[in-house]
Amino acid sequence: MMTAPNTAMNVLRDAGLDVERLRADFPILKLRVNGKPLVFLDSAASSQMPQPVLDRWIRYQTTQHANIHRAVHYLSETATAEYESARRKLQAFINARDESEVVFTSGTTDAINLVAHGYGRRFIGAGDEIVLTTLEHHANIVPWQMVAEEKGARIRVVPVNDRGELAMEEYLKLLGPRTRLVGVTHVSNALGTVNPVREMIAAAHEKGIPVLVDGAQAVPHMNVDVQALDCDFYAFSGHKMFGPTGIGVLYGKAAWLEKMQPFKGGGDMILSVTFEKTVYNTIPFKFEAGTPPIAAAITLGAAVDYLAGIDMAEIQAHDTDILDYATREINRIPGVRIIGTAEKKAGVISFTVDGVHPHDVGTLLNDEGIAVRTGHHCAQPVMQRFGIPATSRASFAFYNTLPEVDALVAGIKKVQKVFG
Amino acid sequence: MQMTDSKQLYQEVILDHNRKPRNWGVLEGATHKAEGHNPLCGDHLKLTLRLDKNSVDAINVEGESCAICKASASMMTTVVKGKTRGDAEQLVQEFRDMATGKLDHEHQPHHLGRLTVFAGVRDLPTRVKCAILPWHTLHAALNAQESTTTEADADPMHTPLGNA
Repeated sequence: MMTAPNTAMNVLRDAGLDVERLRADFPILKLRVNGKPLVFLDSAASSQMPQPVLDRWIRYQTTQHANIHRAVHYLSETATAEYESARRKLQAFINARDESEVVFTSGTTDAINLVAHGYGRRFIGAGDEIVLTTLEHHANIVPWQMVAEEKGARIRVVPVNDRGELAMEEYLKLLGPRTRLVGVTHVSNALGTVNPVREMIAAAHEKGIPVLVDGAQAVPHMNVDVQALDCDFYAFSGHKMFGPTGIGVLYGKAAWLEKMQPFKGGGDMILSVTFEKTVYNTIPFKFEAGTPPIAAAITLGAAVDYLAGIDMAEIQAHDTDILDYATREINRIPGVRIIGTAEKKAGVISFTVDGVHPHDVGTLLNDEGIAVRTGHHCAQPVMQRFGIPATSRASFAFYNTLPEVDALVAGIKKVQKVFG
Repeated sequence: MQMTDSKQLYQEVILDHNRKPRNWGVLEGATHKAEGHNPLCGDHLKLTLRLDKNSVDAINVEGESCAICKASASMMTTVVKGKTRGDAEQLVQEFRDMATGKLDHEHQPHHLGRLTVFAGVRDLPTRVKCAILPWHTLHAALNAQESTTTEADADPMHTPLGNA
């Protein structure tokens, strides 16, 4: 079908996504780095913010800011209304049944720690088991190790095959009478593998086991419907979905959140306090002690609005185009190996260059204005599984283009030439 | 942070030592040895040396690492061979100072000679630990320390001021 010379423009699908118009919304993408146009391929670590989202932050701070849930004055009531409005936007974004099931946290890590503390410490005991997968980010490993160590519980790990896909038959075998929780990432940050979380949740639920899904890498790439997934917990971060850092969400089924103990004590999470007894607030406020990052939460709401203006199906089609194109082009470079070749992937290509350490790759690509992540991606078990200390990782968002992939490919070839 | 074009760092001499590291392997009859390991990035060196009458009679390194670390290790072995223990330790300090920007190699006295090809690393704060790992490993070996690292708290660029 494609007989024309292989350039990026020739394979640009006639997609509905107007990438150039969207790129214009992101001021940072106009930067030049080392004299070259910035090619930002590190959105899996943190994505960039579009102007309407940046503007929301400024508008909040300049016209609406005061502390929330406290005073009766105009600004406090405005800030409270906007903060709670942001919560409802997030509720709609993941299709939670009720806004009380949306807990604002500082990010995915904070959200998982909340579950480890609030659920783990209450419901996991000696001899119990926590099932995690090889693909987990350290944020979904370490909190559980802390619970396991404290309670005398055991962590069981679902292995992956050579393509970076979970071994489902092994997973099913690991679900036992002592399993108290399954923790699984929706999309692997290191390899891009999209895990079959819906099937995994169904299988766990057959045995009455709750499931926590780490959705940090999924929300920028696909529609997430927590009711359709039927997950018990879903954690994600604002700054990986075109919002600010310092804000994230823990979705939890109300039935679980009601039973869980608070993670942090303080103001706003109580109904009444005496030195004899404190009555905790209702959910979600029970989990939001102290003054939250109000501006960040409201700005994350604006990111949801921004995303609502783009058809997620078009984002996914664009995602697939970029990933397919980059996979094909990188595979064409002799001496370059893609780590993670799962059937279903989103947003990430990890690769190694023969004879060149990833840090040398990253430093030399930076000379070309290309930003990739190098290292173990906070997923050392994945690296160990593939017998490598580190990879270079290019990750994509809807604002990336096929010519940027060409720049990456040219950059990799240049690295090889330097090391010739 | 002003980023230097790293091609100033990836010079032919460094690339050459990366391709053909000198004194590579394990030394038979070593009197001193140490391992340098930066687990976060995967750099891992084994250093063996023989001290004879307080001089470095022979020194070998082997391991897996990035080009900056490997070339630094290779050039280090060629430079410290034949040096007294005291001179070797002085080079460790000077190399570290140059890499962290504390020593202005163009205007201050030093004994680094062609090791100044690594000066550009001071503009790449995340790579300083790569360049100095071999030197820290040498220091460890000379001081009967079994292993060392230049990551995390041991990374000189990791301090609040970035130049400690």
